Amino acid sequence: MYKILKKEILNPTVTKMTVEAPRVAAKAKAGQFIILRAEENGERIPLTIAGYDRDAGSVEIIFQIVGATTMKLGTLNEGDCIPDFVGPLGRETEIDGLKKVAVVGGGVGCAIALPVARALHEAGAEVHSIVGFRTRDLVILEDDFRAVSEKFEMMTDDGSYGKKGLVTDALKALIESGEKYDRVITIGPLIMMKFVCRLTEQYGIKTIVSMNPIMIDGTGMCGGCRLTVGGKTKFACVDGPDFDGHEVDFDEAMARAQMYREFEGKEREKECNLLKNAQL
Amino acid sequence: MPNMRLDKNPMPSQPADERKRNFNEVALGYTKEQAMDEAARCLNCKNKPCVGGCPVRIYIPEFLEKVKEGEFEEAYKIISRTSSLPAVCGRVCPQETQCEQKCVRGIKGEPVAIGRLERFVADYHNKQGEKLEPVEGGKHKVAVVGSGPAGLSCAATLAKLGYKVTVFEALHKAGGVLVYGIPEFRLPKSIVEKEIDGLAELGVDIETDTVIGKTLTIDELFEDGYEAVFIGSGAGLPRFMGIPGENLKGVYSANEYLTRINLMKAFKEDGTTPVMHSKKVAVVGGGNVAMDAARCAMRMGAEHVYIVYRRSENELPARKEEVEHAKEEGIEFKLLNNPTAILSDDNGNVRAMTCVEMELGEPDASGRRRPVEKKGSEFDLDVDCVIIAIGTSPNPLIKSTTEGLDTETWGGIKTFGEGGQTSREGVFAGGDAVTGAATVILAMGAGRDAAAAIDKYIKEKSEQ
Repeated sequence: MYKILKKEILNPTVTKMTVEAPRVAAKAKAGQFIILRAEENGERIPLTIAGYDRDAGSVEIIFQIVGATTMKLGTLNEGDCIPDFVGPLGRETEIDGLKKVAVVGGGVGCAIALPVARALHEAGAEVHSIVGFRTRDLVILEDDFRAVSEKFEMMTDDGSYGKKGLVTDALKALIESGEKYDRVITIGPLIMMKFVCRLTEQYGIKTIVSMNPIMIDGTGMCGGCRLTVGGKTKFACVDGPDFDGHEVDFDEAMARAQMYREFEGKEREKECNLLKNAQL
Repeated sequence: MPNMRLDKNPMPSQPADERKRNFNEVALGYTKEQAMDEAARCLNCKNKPCVGGCPVRIYIPEFLEKVKEGEFEEAYKIISRTSSLPAVCGRVCPQETQCEQKCVRGIKGEPVAIGRLERFVADYHNKQGEKLEPVEGGKHKVAVVGSGPAGLSCAATLAKLGYKVTVFEALHKAGGVLVYGIPEFRLPKSIVEKEIDGLAELGVDIETDTVIGKTLTIDELFEDGYEAVFIGSGAGLPRFMGIPGENLKGVYSANEYLTRINLMKAFKEDGTTPVMHSKKVAVVGGGNVAMDAARCAMRMGAEHVYIVYRRSENELPARKEEVEHAKEEGIEFKLLNNPTAILSDDNGNVRAMTCVEMELGEPDASGRRRPVEKKGSEFDLDVDCVIIAIGTSPNPLIKSTTEGLDTETWGGIKTFGEGGQTSREGVFAGGDAVTGAATVILAMGAGRDAAAAIDKYIKEKSEQ
């Protein structure tokens, strides 16, 4: 059992938890993920590691409530335990030798982009962070990003905070203004990563994406997380989660992400009703 | 006088029409009377050919003698001298190519139903249930990686020799393929749990949620004071065919499909892990895993389930009983057919699978006749789900984090001699991680042999 040491509500749908998991904390690197179950008989879901404290033996996760499991996870409080918490899984993000990097995060993907930005910053790279959200209420981790970035751009779809527009607008403007990046690292919704990759392809900038497909075991056993990269089938859990974005078949990944949408809707409703009843 | 009836006592089982829509165990097991009657068919031959056919050399005629006399607990003691998971093996071993194939009674008529009797004895014992006691000792620590058949058997053998054993399991539940792969209707999970509880009684610790090669490395296990490590990490990554359409929605590896259903209980009303309830399912492959997937699909409510296999019935690698059960349940066998593409509808869902007919040519390296395509025989099979069950390739996690651990070109861990010694001192391996996908009993045998080698290794080292 893995104890929740701290719980912070970052915005109405995004929560940060610090979880006691010394073995995971001892090994964790930016870009890796864990798999958890929020309850006995619950499903296994992957979440990227948002931070870790090796001395305290704790790992941070940041999650958006999208399905039944994240909803259940959101009901747990400080002092409660998560039954299963396995990791660190996947390969770490490669940051060695990078001098100047644009880190592009979208929505809750920013939670995963932050540790990468931080690792780059600590390794002495110049970091330009571009983060995008739908609207002001959903903004998370702004101060954390500012603390590790030489440049910081905030974008919102509706213009309620920062600049109005998409992360690709900001990235394009920076590149056009003469910034020379030796890498772009982007983490967020599939559609956003796809368009970031289209943009950087035009400029010939190597771009790494972090994929977060449906997964079960996270150790390569099931193959459910497979995607096509450079025409070959890859498993996100053992070959990734980071891949060369210019080689990823995003359309296929987007289709596969929808595989259980109907089921998830029903499960979420069930969980909602349970919560409603519990509150009565 | 032995019972000279020519055929086996039939196994009582759920009627095919009923069981194809439920997940309850298919075979119900012998009664005491049936068991004693069946055991009396053994001729008690002097040279005991059956024992030679058993990978763990169970003293078969001896235990059958006790069953014949109604001394079931005594029979259990004889079996457990060499086998750690009799309730499991009685259910999943391919007896027809092992002990029963060698049985003299099989020359004229059917062999003695050794597998069914093994199961009976183990179930009888588990119901009466004498508790096991931990063996004194426990000074030397041994780590076992993986809690499947190889790991469990290695751990049990070492614990009985007085070692302090910790088993590390990557998933949240112990049992390996016995819990994620083999379905409930063939091997009830309560039986696996019982066997694992038995290990705990012997003093074995099981740490779930620990991925060796990620959470901890083999070297760190030695730093933690383990004197030897056994790697029984299993078969690994599912293979795909490399044909167009394999990543469409509705294409599963058998590992994923079975894991969703067996480990994650997607078949239950209150299961929180989704799985597709497809109407027309094609399972590609002809092994036990393919049969399990096909029979699960039928139980999930499919109207048509096809086994698509590129060779003929004679070459099907599955246990004969599984093929027969599958047929009884209405699984349709599309033999001598090979898939060439999976076709999509407008939304990226599976719509059909293109197959080509095959014929058998000259024998290939495996000794089986090589299937060759019949030109121009392509046709589309109307399906909405495809499950690929064509085997696995070894998991790279341990290999890539353990320096000095040699592997074969295909990825399996290299071992030397019978005890599973690897290229690293103190590191032993066995089961599918070494052989590639094989059977539960072979993995168990490897686990047991490795336990003996580990015992010898530690003893020799401590004497120095």
